Amino acid sequence: MSPRISEIWVYLAASPLLGLTLTLLAYQGAVQVSKRYNGHPLANPVLLAVSALVTLLWATGTPYRTYFDGAQFVHFLLGPATVALAIPLYAQVGRLRRMAMPLLLTLLAGSLTAAFSAVLIGHLFGASEATLLSLAPKSVTTPIAMGIAERIGGLPSLTAVLVILTGILGAVGARSLYALLRIDDHAVRGFAIGIASHGIGTARAFQVSEQAGAFAALAMGLNGLLTALLLPWLIPPLMHWLG
Amino acid sequence: MLNAITLLLVFQLAGEAITILFALPVPGPVIGMALLFAALALRGGPSGGLRETAQNLLQHLSLLFVPAGVGVMLHFQRMADEWLPILIALFASTFITIAVSALLLRALTRREPAAANTERRP
Repeated sequence: MSPRISEIWVYLAASPLLGLTLTLLAYQGAVQVSKRYNGHPLANPVLLAVSALVTLLWATGTPYRTYFDGAQFVHFLLGPATVALAIPLYAQVGRLRRMAMPLLLTLLAGSLTAAFSAVLIGHLFGASEATLLSLAPKSVTTPIAMGIAERIGGLPSLTAVLVILTGILGAVGARSLYALLRIDDHAVRGFAIGIASHGIGTARAFQVSEQAGAFAALAMGLNGLLTALLLPWLIPPLMHWLG
Repeated sequence: MLNAITLLLVFQLAGEAITILFALPVPGPVIGMALLFAALALRGGPSGGLRETAQNLLQHLSLLFVPAGVGVMLHFQRMADEWLPILIALFASTFITIAVSALLLRALTRREPAAANTERRP
């Protein structure tokens, strides 16, 4: 990089415009790549955009703070987007009523399994406390998971990464697991992946069938709410017990 | 569009206010989501504008995760130090959760075949 270009970079990096524009460009590029691979779960737009941006910032020696001064305008929209989840959730209210009890019991069991198994297995293999607290909300959609991580003392930005990895894992592996367990009801398939793998799992379920997708969206929304209500009360005693 | 965005922000603000007021351990936007859900139930569904705006916002939900995701660069050291427990925990926990949820829901809906059948497509 010639001195002049790096001077321009330093100048531009000082204003929020650069971080914001780079975020949008990286995302649109990532969506194009994802489309080319027919939405293959491994060609996840978030994973691709984040990798590209991290590489660029690292190569130019730009601190995350500087980047985030611009990117925060995109980040801010997570709040209203979380509120907006009420609308697809409301669209499922009829099904929710009909299968209410089985769905709620499954939700409770799945939600607790997701958080506790992650913390216990992480602890078993020697993860640090901050990592365990960041792992706990990993099955919940990112805006809610980050809020929970902040509340219980985890690292929200680490949680965001763990959430995305969890989504990709579930989306890639669920089909084989369902074949192994001989689960073929699409409502059951969708609901289970929605609990474990939030939005990325839901996107995957919609590729399988409309019914699987609707149940996944329902599970994702409800699990976000339930986990946000339960974890701040359950995680401190669990961590205390683990020492 | 502008109405809908204002409405979403008002519900978020109400959620944040309730969280602070009652010292709730739940993120403000989650309370906002619950409030909006209750409002929709009372009102009998969203207006066309609200539904459209929500659709647009949620269609690019992935974009909104990118700035936070880039924050992984702050945690390179941690990921390098703890990649094994992180990887095993994510892998095992995700598949255990899917299996527990799917097997339980199948068992529960089998006991109530009427409920399950109404959901099955012909």
